[in-house]
Amino acid sequence: MEVAAGGGCGAGPPLLLSESEQQCYSELFARCAGAASGSPGPGPPEATRVAPGTATAAAGPVADLFRASQLPPETLHQITELCGAKRVGYFGPTQFYVALKLIAAAQSGLPVRTESIKCELPLPRFVMSKSDAEIRFGNPAELHGKKVQIPYLTTEKNSLKRMDDEDKQQETPSPTMSPLASPPSSPPHYQRVSLSHGYSKLRSGTEQMQPASYETRQPIGQPEGSSSEGPGSKPLRRQASLIRSFSVERELQDNSINYPDEPWRITEEQREYYVNQFRSLQPDPNSFISGSVAKNFFTKSKLSIPELSYIWELSDADCDGALTLPEFCAAFHLIVARKNGYPLPEGLPPTLQPEYLQAAFPKSKWECAIFDSYSESMPANQQPCDLNRMEKTSVKDMADFPVPTQDATTGDDKQALKSTVTEPLPKDLSEDTATSKDYNSLKARPRSRSYSSTSIEETMKRGEDPPTPPPRPQKTHSRASSLDLNKVFQPSVPATNSGLLPPPPALPPRPCQTQSEPVTEADLHPQLNRAPSQAAESSPAKKDAPHAQPPSKPIRRKFRTENQTTESQEPAAAVGGAASAAVVKPHPTVQKQSSKQKKAIQTAIRKNKEANAVLARLNSELQQQLKEVHQERIALENQLEQLRPVTVL
Amino acid sequence: MAVCIAVIAKENYPLYIRSTPTEDELKFHYMVHTSLDVVDEKISAMGKALVDQRELYLGLLYPTEDYKVYGYVTNSKVKFVMVVDSSNTALRDNEIRSMFRKLHNSYTDVMCNPFYNPGDRIQSR
Repeated sequence: MEVAAGGGCGAGPPLLLSESEQQCYSELFARCAGAASGSPGPGPPEATRVAPGTATAAAGPVADLFRASQLPPETLHQITELCGAKRVGYFGPTQFYVALKLIAAAQSGLPVRTESIKCELPLPRFVMSKSDAEIRFGNPAELHGKKVQIPYLTTEKNSLKRMDDEDKQQETPSPTMSPLASPPSSPPHYQRVSLSHGYSKLRSGTEQMQPASYETRQPIGQPEGSSSEGPGSKPLRRQASLIRSFSVERELQDNSINYPDEPWRITEEQREYYVNQFRSLQPDPNSFISGSVAKNFFTKSKLSIPELSYIWELSDADCDGALTLPEFCAAFHLIVARKNGYPLPEGLPPTLQPEYLQAAFPKSKWECAIFDSYSESMPANQQPCDLNRMEKTSVKDMADFPVPTQDATTGDDKQALKSTVTEPLPKDLSEDTATSKDYNSLKARPRSRSYSSTSIEETMKRGEDPPTPPPRPQKTHSRASSLDLNKVFQPSVPATNSGLLPPPPALPPRPCQTQSEPVTEADLHPQLNRAPSQAAESSPAKKDAPHAQPPSKPIRRKFRTENQTTESQEPAAAVGGAASAAVVKPHPTVQKQSSKQKKAIQTAIRKNKEANAVLARLNSELQQQLKEVHQERIALENQLEQLRPVTVL
Repeated sequence: MAVCIAVIAKENYPLYIRSTPTEDELKFHYMVHTSLDVVDEKISAMGKALVDQRELYLGLLYPTEDYKVYGYVTNSKVKFVMVVDSSNTALRDNEIRSMFRKLHNSYTDVMCNPFYNPGDRIQSR
């Protein structure tokens, strides 16, 4: 596939590469290309002639690679000439592949001729002395200079992959391993780490990784590259700090399904990494990341804006302006691949499709919880129908009982956020309102733009996830506290135009005064939502906590009024006119509150508050725009009126 | 078949304009430009009602002997203009509408992209 991708580079003898060869070569090429410089399209200045998006391998790493093949220099010269690099002046993918094939031929004892490469050849062998992972196909990796021990690094990816595809991996173990990061001296930030090993970088890069879990997965099957992974980790670690967790990983192995596009497969470690990053942006794995937040985050990768824009187009499959977790992982993965020098694909590879990713997700622990809660929330989800645009807010952390109300609330939030997320979007809000909720078509892009439906659907699917983060201190009542929060945020709302969600982790302990309530309160809060009361009725019906009801009722009233005040304060209650009256009016349904659930509720509350704040801000901005537009309209109509009498006459 | 499609921003500068390369593109650009007047006229004519009620599809703006020009405007005053060859049997109105709808959807997709600044040129692949 790389051959095709790099095809633009120019002519070379027609190549027939086997699957393993393709993988190996593309990986090598990417490595050479990436090693030259961290940005796409590196290489000598003449490489600029190459079509954008195709990387060229710089002469330095390529020369190293060739030397590593342990062929005599004159043979290497011959090869270079034959492959056409001399002719065109740079090593494009085609030239590179031809060269590799010639090296394989030479190593097999065949004369270096163009005809030699037409036949089936074993893969070329390279022995790297440096920390470069040895690119050895079918050969157990040899340790290189750096021995870093991060055993779990290799094992983890390898074991995962190997377990999946033991047979397949035979041929391509090395590719994954080889691109282990070059020595620390190499380009600072995006090391070429084989995707399978990427997590080593991940680990270093992000302190969020839980080494423990990885460690447990000790070398399940020492695949060939495991050792080579080790060396890479150390340098990676050092560099990790430089790289803001944008580890360069290349996925070269199949996970469970044998997709031909190896580099686009996300390994388990990568996924963990992405999930952690997602969590850092948005604590709830079930909700979305808004466009602006994602934009800031991805901008840190130092890719050009058009490329980021293209990646976004690819990964935001439902085109809702927000990234769900699989979309986020896909986008992240594309960025990583791009940093490694892979040209961006024309379309989203099947392994990066959100459905595929989501299906693959169940591995993670939180997924289970999500699914559990999801099943519960399913019925309740029907209510928040009106949601127009899904907003990434929140989450329904509630499990079980609160599910219905939570859903409504969340849905409302989501919708509100989404609708206001992007500036131009409000203009098309009319379109949004018209959209129908198409709950079932997660991937469908119903042209009526049911953004909300797809997002909601996804969110619902993720279900209410009992809060995964460690217990949060705040015990803030949903509405009452949100009221406080709103007051806190509102002064800053007009000022801040960042559109960023307040970093969830940094949220100060809510001034939750009112809440020292019994669980029921917490219960209520999630339900209290700005919009007009919602269908929550159904949720109350579902909930059963009769015992909790009486005490919660009076409290609910109080919060309700607060809530309404809050709502009045925030014109955002309209939330983008979102119809959703998804607010669940608390019928204190509270139910069986276990402390765990309470935490979940609190998390949900927090998220809702954040969403509220963002929505309030957006709303005020929209109101402003609306005023301007109205004024313009009035002015135009005035002009028209003035002209009218003239024409009449 | 449409020979030219243009997306015009609110301030009447083009965000995206693409013609079939067979013809002189300048001619199409000029036609689109002149059609903007007609678009504005239609907008103002309907401007009494609130924007929401205004029909988005403007219909045939004006015909020439070779081409017909159709217009469509969004609620944010972004205009889509399409020049269609008159030679083939005239495309039905529904087809034109569906073409505009697709165009509108693509446009909103572009808007969704947070990396897109409203008012920038639109890059299309």
